[in-house]
Amino acid sequence: MCKAIVYVTLRESVLDPQGQAVQGALHSLGFDEVKGVRIGKYLEVNLGTADKVQAEERVREMCEKLLANPVIEDYRYEIVEG
Amino acid sequence: MRAAVVVFPGSNADVDMFQAVEDVLQVPVSYVWHGETDLSAYDVILLPGGFSYGDYLRSGAVARFSPVMEEVIKAAKAGKLVMGVCNGFQILLEAGLLPGAMLRNRSLKFRCTMSRLRVENHQTPFTCEYGNQEVIEIPIAHGEGNYFCDEATLTKLRENNQIVFRYEGENPNGSIDDIAGICNEQGNVLGMMPHPERAVHDWMGSADGQRIFRSILTTWRERHRAATHA
Repeated sequence: MCKAIVYVTLRESVLDPQGQAVQGALHSLGFDEVKGVRIGKYLEVNLGTADKVQAEERVREMCEKLLANPVIEDYRYEIVEG
Repeated sequence: MRAAVVVFPGSNADVDMFQAVEDVLQVPVSYVWHGETDLSAYDVILLPGGFSYGDYLRSGAVARFSPVMEEVIKAAKAGKLVMGVCNGFQILLEAGLLPGAMLRNRSLKFRCTMSRLRVENHQTPFTCEYGNQEVIEIPIAHGEGNYFCDEATLTKLRENNQIVFRYEGENPNGSIDDIAGICNEQGNVLGMMPHPERAVHDWMGSADGQRIFRSILTTWRERHRAATHA
């Protein structure tokens, strides 16, 4: 069976206040090398099919329709054996 | 005029909205569950604040696919008045009835306070009872009210006079161009983060929200009269 690993992230042009807060915390802990933090979402979707091509097509639709909002977010995904 | 207050699982300002319509307008108002598929009996549709579907994934993202939303879209396209407040605004954005998207407040804080707004467009069906550029006080209560859109959309909003309210003084969430509320190009769909239904009596701290509801009724009466005489 296939599983989709979906990552949804804020677009580069969009301010990520959560990421900035975490970056600030890392700096205060002495991790001065941190130049930026972005926070996104990680989703595991069990697809109930073994057909990778079909799975990929369906996952793209899911991302476009619901999982990501293209105004503010980008998405990428991997299809793995699950 | 008949008003509908749409109730999603997780709505929590639905009672406030219902009560505001009853108190201010004294017209028939009904709760409509999100699973309903017929809104033809109503002249104005109100999407209240709250946390529809727990705001899982993104605010309003799941509610946008509730069965009733097909009807809300149909009503909006037919020119009926549709107003979304707070989470209702987020749902209208997700449904594509208004442009843009909502981000977390820049401060990362949930802000629950009185906000000052400037009425930037007093010629919409929702603001005709206000003065041009009038400053009013309406409370906010949100953690995700940072309105965002791209430059091209912002230019269009400005050119078409779709920016209805801007925060006056402090911007509580970091929204682009201090936007607090916008309407669609036709002007019959309004989305705003502040809660006018929580400012309809002096004892609430402000009664400035009353005139949004009065504007809706005034607009409806004018349209109704025009239709009757036509």
